[in-house]
Amino acid sequence: MAININKDDCIGCGLCLESCPYPGAIVMTDNTAVITDKCVECGACVDSCSVGAIEFEETKRETAVDIAQYKGVWVFVEHRKGRIANVTLELLCEGRKLADQLGQELAAVLIGDGAQDLAKTCFAYGADRVYLVDGAVFGHYSTGPYTAAFSQLIKKYRPNIVLFGATHDGRDFAARVAVRIYTGLTADCTELAIDPDTELLSQTRPAFGGNVMATILTPGHRPQMATVRPNVMKRSQPDYSRTGEVVRFKADITEDDILYQIREVVEHTAKTVNLEEADIIVSGGRGIGGPEHYHIIEELAEVLGGAAGASRAVVDAGWVPHYRQVGQTGKTVAPKLYIACGISGAIQHLAGMQTSDFIVAINKDPEAPIFKVANIGICADLHKAVPYLKERFKELLS
Amino acid sequence: MDIIVCIKQVPDTTEVKIDPEKGTLIREGVPSIVNPFDEYAVEAALQIKEKLGGKVTVITMGPLQAVEALKKCVAMGADEAVLVSDKAFAGSDTWATSYTLAGAVKALGGFDLILCGKQAIDGDTAQVGPGIAEHLGISQVTYVQKVISVREDAIEVERGIEAGYEVIETPLPAVLTIDKSANQPRLPSMMGTMKALKKEIPTLTAADIDVKADLLGMEGSPTRVKRTFTPQPRKGGRMLQGEMEDMLAELVKILQEEKIV
Repeated sequence: MAININKDDCIGCGLCLESCPYPGAIVMTDNTAVITDKCVECGACVDSCSVGAIEFEETKRETAVDIAQYKGVWVFVEHRKGRIANVTLELLCEGRKLADQLGQELAAVLIGDGAQDLAKTCFAYGADRVYLVDGAVFGHYSTGPYTAAFSQLIKKYRPNIVLFGATHDGRDFAARVAVRIYTGLTADCTELAIDPDTELLSQTRPAFGGNVMATILTPGHRPQMATVRPNVMKRSQPDYSRTGEVVRFKADITEDDILYQIREVVEHTAKTVNLEEADIIVSGGRGIGGPEHYHIIEELAEVLGGAAGASRAVVDAGWVPHYRQVGQTGKTVAPKLYIACGISGAIQHLAGMQTSDFIVAINKDPEAPIFKVANIGICADLHKAVPYLKERFKELLS
Repeated sequence: MDIIVCIKQVPDTTEVKIDPEKGTLIREGVPSIVNPFDEYAVEAALQIKEKLGGKVTVITMGPLQAVEALKKCVAMGADEAVLVSDKAFAGSDTWATSYTLAGAVKALGGFDLILCGKQAIDGDTAQVGPGIAEHLGISQVTYVQKVISVREDAIEVERGIEAGYEVIETPLPAVLTIDKSANQPRLPSMMGTMKALKKEIPTLTAADIDVKADLLGMEGSPTRVKRTFTPQPRKGGRMLQGEMEDMLAELVKILQEEKIV
């Protein structure tokens, strides 16, 4: 296997350079594109060439599975304390659209201990069918039993597409299921579509901290699996008059499937910590001045019913815990409203929040890069502005 | 305790700049670094070795220049480093990468614990760690934010979840993926840097590991990159003007009009 650029055909337009995700892998020499040893042969440049000068020498492989046998769109139902995660509801709505385009069924996979009552919510959000896996071993999420049950379901019922929320648990076991089944898994998708010609699931995701987008296909393996970022897909109104079929599935879980023991589950006591699910996030950066001022960020977040985040600088300085960090080495979020207070807007931070619907920046420095991505910029002292906003919203929302 | 740390050399994406006119990435001169999360994995390995003794081996699958990343880890204190490199591995997705690394781990002989970073900052998938565990048929704990205690046959850790954390005890061998709050990675010492300079780093090729040729590289990978593109840079909006109170009143009005609040 290799990537070859036909020198005679290359017109030196440079499109391949723009398509290449690996710095220095393609260079221009004498107005001709040349592949260097930094190339990892990902193939991303092949389609970018306007004159067809780039070729991928690939040995043709027989399709691993009989694709026609795989039908239906599935969504893994993540739930906790009797409540379905928002990302699951978003995926049911997105899955409904994909299923309709394909003329196939939408099914929800509900694994738990006594979770059957959640099936009606799955129907309300668009599922035609619920696969219910019930048992004491599924009471709390655990990698081994969930991997085993889900893989057995796939082998028996052969779905075409499977979607998981890109949450800690979703990413934890979807990767294992993909290896066990031998199929593709695309992480952290932000856009899904059905290719009208091939009917393949077109899975678009950010890479390199959101600097590059890549569209990924799983052509020869089934199911086509993806984890999808929370808060990206739109949720539509539930219809509680919808009903569907509940299919009970008895998973075969052995001693060997129990990989580890959960000794304790400790929940954060503060209300403002679930950044992934929050519709509104208020974040503080170095501009807050010290750990003793972070409370104004939390208070505004609480009044707005949102979560409180932080920049890397603030976390690395030890002012707030790491679980509040937004950015490349923290969490990636996409709330409806992101209020950045005293955050300069390093690319590291932008990578974690620039897909938010609406961004407000409050910063003393009129030159702060955060203003370049903010819908609304306010040059002001956050120590005055944030408490003032809190009072205004308190009046408005009470 | 024999610990293997799987690392990756990545472009330093924080150094990536956007061409303001074309809106495209400027890639020239972007340095390669050890994936930041992997440094936490190396540090966790070194701390466990300091408690229980044993050996820390870092491995990476990548092109020849990835040796530089391995040397950094040796400079931090890793005992051995191995490059897994072959043209046959080119174009691997996370399935084929974890298959190859699992094969390399087996080829290295025994191990008690495999550590990886939570995810790599270029691909951001977090799939290779669990993939290795599945290929090897062993336990895994992801998003490890703290190592609580460790003994020869088991390890107790905190696993971060959205709502808080779980305290998990897993038997060994196992794969752990390490998150940022687990520790503070040490800087390479002068001695370590000297040692790294002289360190012989062997290469494992496809012929050295027990893997099926048709499961490697692009051929073995279920996914294909159809295309890549640079997203439209987000456009900055309005700077509000005037006294603070007026600006904030206007902000509140806008947020209400847009039905955001």
